[in-house]
Amino acid sequence: MAALLEVEDLHVTLETSRGPADAVRGVSFALERGETLGIVGESGCGKSMTALGLIGLLPERARTRGAVRLDGRDLLTMSEGELCGIRGNRIAMIFQEPMTSLNPVHPVGRQIAEPLMLHRGLNRAAAREEALRLLDRVGIPNPAARIDAYPHQMSGGQRQRVMIAIALSCNPDILLADEPTTALDVTIQGQILDLIRDLVDERGMSLILISHALGVIAENTRRMLVMYGGRVVESGPVGEVFGRMAHPYTRGLFAAIPRLGDGRARDRARPLATITGTVPELADMPPGCAFAPRCDLAVDACRLAQPPLLSIGHDHVAACIRTDHTVGVPA
Amino acid sequence: MSDWLARAVRHRSFMIGGILTFVLLALAFVSLFWTPNNPYRLNIRMRLKPPSLDYLLGTDAFGRDVVSQLMVGAQNSIVVGVIAVAIGLSLGVSLGLIGAARRGWLEELIMRFSDFTLAFPAVLSAILLTAIFGPGSLNSIVAIGIYNIPVFARLSRAAGNSIWARDFVTASRACGKGAFRITIEHVLPNIVPIIVVQATIQFAIAILAEAALSYLGLGTQPPTPSWGRMLNEAQTHVFTTPSLAIYPGLAIAFSVLGLNLLGDGLRDLIDPKLARQR
Amino acid sequence: MSLFLAKRFATLIGTLLFTSIVIFIVLEILPGDPALLILGIDAQPGQLEVLRQQLGLNDPAWTRYWHWVGGLLTGDFGISYAYKVPVWELIGERLQLTIPLAFISMALTAFLALVLGVYAAANHNKTGDVAIMATSQVGISIPSFWFAILLILLFAVHLGWVSAGGFPGWGAGLVPALASLILPAISLAIVQAAILARITRSSVLEVMREDFVRTARAKGVSKRAVLWGHVLRNAMIPVITVMGVQFGNLIAGTIVIEQVFTLPGLGRLMFQAINQRDLELIKNVVMLLAVFVVTINFIVDMLYVVIDPRLKVHDV
Ligand SMILES: Nc1ncnc2c1ncn2[C@@H]1O[C@H](COP(=O)(O)OP(=O)(O)O)[C@@H](O)[C@H]1O
Ligand SMILES: [Mg+2]
Repeated sequence: MAALLEVEDLHVTLETSRGPADAVRGVSFALERGETLGIVGESGCGKSMTALGLIGLLPERARTRGAVRLDGRDLLTMSEGELCGIRGNRIAMIFQEPMTSLNPVHPVGRQIAEPLMLHRGLNRAAAREEALRLLDRVGIPNPAARIDAYPHQMSGGQRQRVMIAIALSCNPDILLADEPTTALDVTIQGQILDLIRDLVDERGMSLILISHALGVIAENTRRMLVMYGGRVVESGPVGEVFGRMAHPYTRGLFAAIPRLGDGRARDRARPLATITGTVPELADMPPGCAFAPRCDLAVDACRLAQPPLLSIGHDHVAACIRTDHTVGVPA
Repeated sequence: MSDWLARAVRHRSFMIGGILTFVLLALAFVSLFWTPNNPYRLNIRMRLKPPSLDYLLGTDAFGRDVVSQLMVGAQNSIVVGVIAVAIGLSLGVSLGLIGAARRGWLEELIMRFSDFTLAFPAVLSAILLTAIFGPGSLNSIVAIGIYNIPVFARLSRAAGNSIWARDFVTASRACGKGAFRITIEHVLPNIVPIIVVQATIQFAIAILAEAALSYLGLGTQPPTPSWGRMLNEAQTHVFTTPSLAIYPGLAIAFSVLGLNLLGDGLRDLIDPKLARQR
Repeated sequence: MSLFLAKRFATLIGTLLFTSIVIFIVLEILPGDPALLILGIDAQPGQLEVLRQQLGLNDPAWTRYWHWVGGLLTGDFGISYAYKVPVWELIGERLQLTIPLAFISMALTAFLALVLGVYAAANHNKTGDVAIMATSQVGISIPSFWFAILLILLFAVHLGWVSAGGFPGWGAGLVPALASLILPAISLAIVQAAILARITRSSVLEVMREDFVRTARAKGVSKRAVLWGHVLRNAMIPVITVMGVQFGNLIAGTIVIEQVFTLPGLGRLMFQAINQRDLELIKNVVMLLAVFVVTINFIVDMLYVVIDPRLKVHDV
């Protein structure tokens, strides 16, 4: 049987001040029912555009190419009306900014009830009942009192819980969480991630969790994609990827994680505590491997053509022609 | 710079606005030396004549040439606009800069006073002033100018505050430069573009306000030709010679449109980010 | 009452107090001796003295000020110098025209501006948007009284559908009375509607870029439903602010428009008072207009609270 969601060669072209530019350039992956997938990469590498491209919520004048098949039906060619029936119903999304992601002039209960009335045809009272249960489930204390609260009366963590309640409301098949904890206090981050993981397990949902932090991905997902410059540069089961780290970029991300005893570790490890250089502007993407300008291992061949995804192990691929210098070499 | 020029030439409202404004200025300038006919000469035998070679747009109820009056009327509009904007600009920008430099109660006082003044529609305060000091071109200019003061005060205070918050200003302060020097050297030069934009818009508003006051007979007094008063006189003959009521209005509308487009265009060219939002 | 409204109410009282002082200074102290104004240059000194006594002009300024304000509060607006009748009678009669005129034009302004502004925003950068923006640019640039004259040219001179001005009075029946207010209301509304449509459009566009709009779309709400259900209410805040200011502009605009259409309203009364230098009348009409303007601003503040729950902070 085909996977629940199949993304094939997804391209997203944005209109920038310097003309059209590709923010996502050929992302492919499959997501099984109940599977958890992490997408990791530095800020600006195209994670959000990939996620928004999946559900057709890209910025104005953006164009997509490729295919995004949900149960075999391509979302990219679907009519806007059909897509509305899928968003919030079969694929739900949580965003990074809980402070601004809720409508300031509506009580939170009404915002949770909205998709229930829309997709499940519940009447106002029934939707409110359900919203109450959801608020309780996502851990809002005293939901009966909070259901009529406005977003500004809640903390960032609580608002993100409300966002989760909205996303959960119609029991979606897929939960898309785009950096759901980046804007929150460190202490709250863990609670929110635990909540998301519990809910995913409990309801058998598939999860696509986006983060710039490897640790978040490692702890919460089974499989992962590493993105750079709009492309997947490495993908595979989390254990495999962490164990072998085939792409120099993945190794750079790993080395950039601050760790206990970092001082001693640095003495013997290569001096790659941060990745030097910055992500290139969309319009300035080099031909060949986008990471080559920042890569210690780059050779001429890297700069000439985009390296193909090469198999590293079972279900584990990396877009690098220098993996003989990375796999098995300690980071 | 040449990049800026290239963008300016391609900017539609900037170019249209620029051309209209240029025409307005040119007509007023030419009328200083030459008009087709004497705009002041009354000639009852020639009253309400249709357009002819001698009188391109015909004559008014007193036999005066409409084209010549329109040209001299442009002078009037420009003088009113320039003086009214100059009053608002000099006093308003000074107050705004003081507010930005001094903060605290002085800033608060200036702003409250601005709010209060702005709460009253320009025409109303202008009418009030002419009520006390009597009708006349000077009084109406002053009235419109006073209304411009809070407009510029608020704008330059807000813009000034944002400059004061910048790093290079903090650096100059650390070097021991005084508030006055910083204002002159750093704040003022940086807010000039936005003030120029606002001045263009206020110029347009001044032309409209003057026309309204002159239409009511409270502004420019006879025999000085003014577009507003021409409309007032034309209304009496609207059933017989409707064209008289068209030309002065067109003159006002094109001038104001030109200045507005020019202001919008300048704003876009100065800050392309804002442009895309609007 | 919310803290926000309490503060605004205090501001309202403060503004009115300040306004009354300014008006008093400007209209009673600066222009000189009202007795001389009333009786004219050739009045006998004895006559003048008697009149001064009658009008209480010999009292100190602050006594006269309190006398005036106290009178206003009890509905005593003084006696018009020119008409020799109570000011309130004059005003009351004229308000019957000006208040309906102002409200009709405000309703027209709001209707036109909201429909056009929202339509333009929803069709951002498409033909309809560009056309509406170009038209509104022209609308902003034409003097309202000239537009009024053009309307007279078209509908009264050319088509002969309505008369070129005048007001039959409400006694003549609702339809003729309203008919004579239509052209004036349109002339007043058109410029303000052009401004407000632009504000509405940019406000709607701005809100459409907010994160919560994306959230709503991610819930599966259609573009149109998001516009009506989520965007509009948020976009209304700057729109009603401008509407408040425009109400003041409309009332001031009646002075000119009532002149164009020879309508016996408050604006025309004011204009006549200026020509006759009837300072007592001007003083009270201006104060009345100030009360209007300030009250409208307070109503706008109350609307903020209805629209934006963040301002609904309870208990002073
Ligand atoms: N609205 C937009 N218009 C133009 N470029 C954009 C827009 N949004 C994002 N980008 C660019 O697209 C690239 C990918 O952005 P994004 O997917 O948001 O990255 P991230 O991985 O941090 O989520 C970045 O280079 C960003 O600058
Ligand atoms: Mg992102």
